[in-house]
Amino acid sequence: MTTLAETKPLTANIVAGRAPLNLKEYSAAGGYRAVRKALKEMAPGDVTKIVKEANLRGRGGAGFPTGVKWGLVPSMEKSPGSRYLVCNADEMEPGTFKDRLLMESDPHSLVEAMIVAGYAISATRAYIFLRGEYIEAAKNLNAAIAEANAAGYLGKDILGTGWSMDLHVHTGAGRYICGEETALINSLEGRRANPRAKPPFPAIAGLWGKPTVVNNVESLCNVQHIVNNGSAWFLGLNQGKSKDGGTKLYGVSGRAKKTGLWELPIGTTAREILEVHAGGMKDGLKLKAWLPGGASTDFLMPEHLDLAMDFDTIAKAGSRMGTGLLTVVDDRQNMVSVVRNLEDFFARESCGWCTPCRDGLPWTYKTLVAMERGEGRPGDIEMLEKMTRFLAPGRPFCAHAPGAMEPLQSALKFFRGEFEATIRKQSPKVAA
Amino acid sequence: MTEAVLKLADLVAGHPVTTVYVMSDEERHEIEHCLHHYDDNRAASIDALKIVQKKHGWVPDAAIAKIGELIGIPAADVEGVATFYNLIFRRPVGRNVIKICDSISCYLTGYDEVRNAISAHLRINLGQTTADNRYTLLPICCLGACDHGPVAMINDDTHRDLSVENIPALLEQYK
Repeated sequence: MTTLAETKPLTANIVAGRAPLNLKEYSAAGGYRAVRKALKEMAPGDVTKIVKEANLRGRGGAGFPTGVKWGLVPSMEKSPGSRYLVCNADEMEPGTFKDRLLMESDPHSLVEAMIVAGYAISATRAYIFLRGEYIEAAKNLNAAIAEANAAGYLGKDILGTGWSMDLHVHTGAGRYICGEETALINSLEGRRANPRAKPPFPAIAGLWGKPTVVNNVESLCNVQHIVNNGSAWFLGLNQGKSKDGGTKLYGVSGRAKKTGLWELPIGTTAREILEVHAGGMKDGLKLKAWLPGGASTDFLMPEHLDLAMDFDTIAKAGSRMGTGLLTVVDDRQNMVSVVRNLEDFFARESCGWCTPCRDGLPWTYKTLVAMERGEGRPGDIEMLEKMTRFLAPGRPFCAHAPGAMEPLQSALKFFRGEFEATIRKQSPKVAA
Repeated sequence: MTEAVLKLADLVAGHPVTTVYVMSDEERHEIEHCLHHYDDNRAASIDALKIVQKKHGWVPDAAIAKIGELIGIPAADVEGVATFYNLIFRRPVGRNVIKICDSISCYLTGYDEVRNAISAHLRINLGQTTADNRYTLLPICCLGACDHGPVAMINDDTHRDLSVENIPALLEQYK
């Protein structure tokens, strides 16, 4: 018989309305088994190897293989001294509400994951970089860390292995850009969260110049289950729906009937997520467009709903799976206003470090505001299209502005008529 | 403990000036405790700003210099950090800070109506504080509760499924 932990490893311990499991309850449910197994029976390299074999891909949005990231950290011989594991818990991608659930409702799961991951890279210290607004998550994580310390799973000479690691919750003070891993590292160092040039990558020179791995909350929370059950089990969790391994937290927000969050096999179709789990759009509303995984992903259309929600399939359709939480736009919305809302966010959250982003995003936003008011001018659409090229990947310093261009370029592609209408309405002299 | 010395006249004029900042032992201990979490003292600058703000509601000029002195970095660097992060307030705020999410999911589910209802009820716009100093209204990006939009935080509490109708009763809970 399969247990919930074997089919829905991320949420098996989560019951709506129930307080999170404490250490004793979490252990009784099979918790901290992976810590003992990894530390007593496996070499650090073996842990990395099994996570690589499981093809766990980063759930923060980029889909980079987690095990490969760990493998980039130089050996202790090459780089002795401090090294760090950082959990990116700065969940701030608009439309994303998955890491909050994991941390609020099963904090020991993340703590255990970080001990196993920390062991794999021989970390000396670990941090959870948590956004300041997640008050409940901070409280629950700190309680779990205190229990894990008392039980000897953290601190000095963990389980008599000679390996020591402490774990701290660092709460942020805002700003979306902190989710970018090098900006996050600057923020953790007590600096302005401007991204850093890459290379060197954090695995070589990260926090305080030392080897550092930054992983998303959901990515990490899979790790202990892979150690317990093996890579073949993890790959099988997709039920043949994807090349990627595991389950995925999928969600729906916007005007759907039953918005929420569900752990499903990775590669589940967007249609199943929206129509079965979220019950479809609210009565009287039709789906107009959808963002597959956050504000920084290209819009897809109703005809794309049968696509498997995994990194490669959504990329082939011209978007990105991103965080995997759908934002659905209904047919009462005007796309110029929707995109104006998105670009307002990106313009405000630009860190200001590089000119294309600092100037280009407010320009984009102001143009959209004018269009929304019916004050668009001939040439505005062409200017917006130019922006999508000027702010394409590789032009600005980091991925912030390119992310901002994704919903804009796809809205211009699918809904050009709505943008054109704003110009015709208010520039009659020019139009005539 | 001695509080920051605020010139009331300046506050009223909207130009708060602090001349002296005497940090309480409690603040100092909390900041010193944070230093142990990091391999470099500078990292505690954000924690230090939050500790001061927790006590005073905002971070006055003189506190910036004091924090720099305490953790051993230039005051200009502390100021650089303080002005970068939106949860650090460099001006006085009301007793209750309302942070309303204006990101896409809340926008789609009624942000505009809820923000208008709050503004109308309190007679303030985004970025403003009520005359009685009871509320400050600020925009904030996605609060990660998108399946229950519109969402806002008041102080440390997250409020979901907001509607125009429940705004007056909700605000009334915060004195």
